[in-house]
Amino acid sequence: MGILVYAEHDNAALNPATLNVVAAAKAIGGDITVLVAGEGCGAVAEAAAKVDGVSKVLCADNAAYGHQLAENIAELVAEVGKDYSHVLASATTTGKNFMPRVAALLDVEQVSDIIGVESADTFKRPIYAGNAIATVQNSDSIKVITVRGTAFDAVPAEGGSASVEACDVAKDLGKSSFVGEELAKSDRPDLAAADIVISGGRGMQNGDNFEILYKVADKLGAAVGASRAAVDAGFVPNDMQVGQTGKIVAPQLYIAVGISGAIQHLAGMKDSKVIVAINKDEEAPIFGVADYGLVADLFDAVPELEKQI
Amino acid sequence: MKVLVPIKRVVDYNVKVRVKADNSGVDLANVKMAMNPFCEIAVEEAVRLKEKGVVTEIIAVTVGSKAAQEQLRTAMALGADRSILVETDQEDVQPLAVAKVLKALVEKESPDLVILGKQAIDGDNSQTGQMLAALTGMPQGTFASEVVVADGKVNVTREVDGGLQTVALDLPAVVTTDLRLNEPRYASLPNIMKAKKKPLETVAPGDLGVDLASSTKTLKVEPPAERQAGIKVASVEELVDKLKNEAKVI
Ligand SMILES: Cc1cc2nc3c(=O)[nH]c(=O)nc-3n(C[C@H](O)[C@H](O)[C@H](O)COP(=O)(O)OP(=O)(O)OC[C@H]3O[C@@H](n4cnc5c(N)ncnc54)[C@H](O)[C@@H]3O)c2cc1C
Ligand SMILES: Nc1ncnc2c1ncn2[C@@H]1O[C@H](COP(=O)(O)O)[C@@H](O)[C@H]1O
Repeated sequence: MGILVYAEHDNAALNPATLNVVAAAKAIGGDITVLVAGEGCGAVAEAAAKVDGVSKVLCADNAAYGHQLAENIAELVAEVGKDYSHVLASATTTGKNFMPRVAALLDVEQVSDIIGVESADTFKRPIYAGNAIATVQNSDSIKVITVRGTAFDAVPAEGGSASVEACDVAKDLGKSSFVGEELAKSDRPDLAAADIVISGGRGMQNGDNFEILYKVADKLGAAVGASRAAVDAGFVPNDMQVGQTGKIVAPQLYIAVGISGAIQHLAGMKDSKVIVAINKDEEAPIFGVADYGLVADLFDAVPELEKQI
Repeated sequence: MKVLVPIKRVVDYNVKVRVKADNSGVDLANVKMAMNPFCEIAVEEAVRLKEKGVVTEIIAVTVGSKAAQEQLRTAMALGADRSILVETDQEDVQPLAVAKVLKALVEKESPDLVILGKQAIDGDNSQTGQMLAALTGMPQGTFASEVVVADGKVNVTREVDGGLQTVALDLPAVVTTDLRLNEPRYASLPNIMKAKKKPLETVAPGDLGVDLASSTKTLKVEPPAERQAGIKVASVEELVDKLKNEAKVI
């Protein structure tokens, strides 16, 4: 038995989200094997072998896995995962995409988005946009689990010395193909990994005005996020959305600018260590979760903030 | 072509739910219920495909209590042609069991496309569509922000963490909707009246050969840790001072 952790990556580098999943695997307890599936992903396997606490790395290097198509990855993970007590992946869009397929292929239920490990079969997870926390016990022979990264402190990326083995399970369902992608390019830190996040909402009025947030972000080394209203209005792209149905973040500092604080937004940021809200409406619900609230017009306050930091 | 749209009755998204005092679950007594927002988007997408002449029949389906007829009627008022209630009084039917029910219906109805929501906002599981796809051997396009059907395939643009990804899927296929796929319409009064006459069939899970028993047990449900409301600062200067010297985060 043992725990199989699915490594997230872009064929070149290991996504740090994987370090949080390994942390969850450690909390469960048992030998940890990391599965790296991709095309030309040898460097990722090498990186995974160095991760603290990992005892083995399986590297499935095959054209069918190059774009992480759920159909093919799920067949692979279900085949490899049969021999483990737990199969874990990050609750990112990649993990959410293929893991339920793995569970169904194994005829087991999935426990989604866990934020705590009580024992090898009992986990905590948020429901209703985080307005309730359920403790669930799963009796399936293989536990298929996705992990909310912000809830587990990443293990060190260095310190391990696992062996790397080639995995020659080749699966291609042949019913789907990759057409293309438009990936956001940014020199700023990744939303999920940043220590400071500054997010703008509908109050920003348009995409150009986000410039004032970028300036603050660049001074602080922060990532920039947004509410759904700002994304829907076309101010910024979808990958910046924070919330129940967007990205979950829990940085040291979260600055909400021109965001009212709908429950769906709070679900994505209320575990941040320190929350600042800048809003001209003193009744805005965001002030209910903010450690420091500033009632002000953002177009005055944000440029001033930039000057003072 | 035929489309199957599974929908779920859930607590209205504006409601802030409360945990029951005995920690057995959330209090749903006298709470406003509605169609899961992502399912509304799924129905709307099917209706638009029908309006474009791509789709000929839309079947809405739900696994739930008798009360869920209300959401099926809504789906029909929005444009679904008929609907199926797979009736059960069991609360918290897990995604795997729902997917097994849907698989049985897929075998019966042979749809070319199944459009589901990406997530139900009660359990926040985000599993059912992917599980159905696995059980039926169909390809899947999850978190869709654009769906284009052409030449026996469907091209789905997906919202992923890094941006957007487009995949091409053979039909039949499973699609799950993200928020920006479309903006659902409101049902007009004449359409609400017409929906009352559209066929609504009720079947039992057992008729489809599916057992809804679950291997996941909820031991308790608790409120999340409350955040203490903090203080209001009077100026940007005071804010910066607090962040530097009190919170020590910048
Ligand atoms: C199924 C579903 C899922 C959802 N998922 C998400 C999600 O993941 N993330 C998310 O964010 N939302 C989500 N939402 C949407 C959510 O319900 C809210 O509509 C949204 O968060 C509101 O965004 P906002 O706060 O930017 O806009 P608004 O609520 O319009 O608030 C704008 C705020 O800006 C302030 N403001 C305006 N001008 C200024 C100014 N000059 N200076 C200072 N302040 C100003 C206003 O006082 C107001 O408080 C979801 C909704 C549904 C139905
Ligand atoms: N009980 C149900 N009946 C019909 N469809 C459902 C049911 N539960 C979930 N679904 C569908 O699956 C989607 C994702 O739900 P979930 O996997 O529970 O997050 C929903 O948006 C619905 O389209």
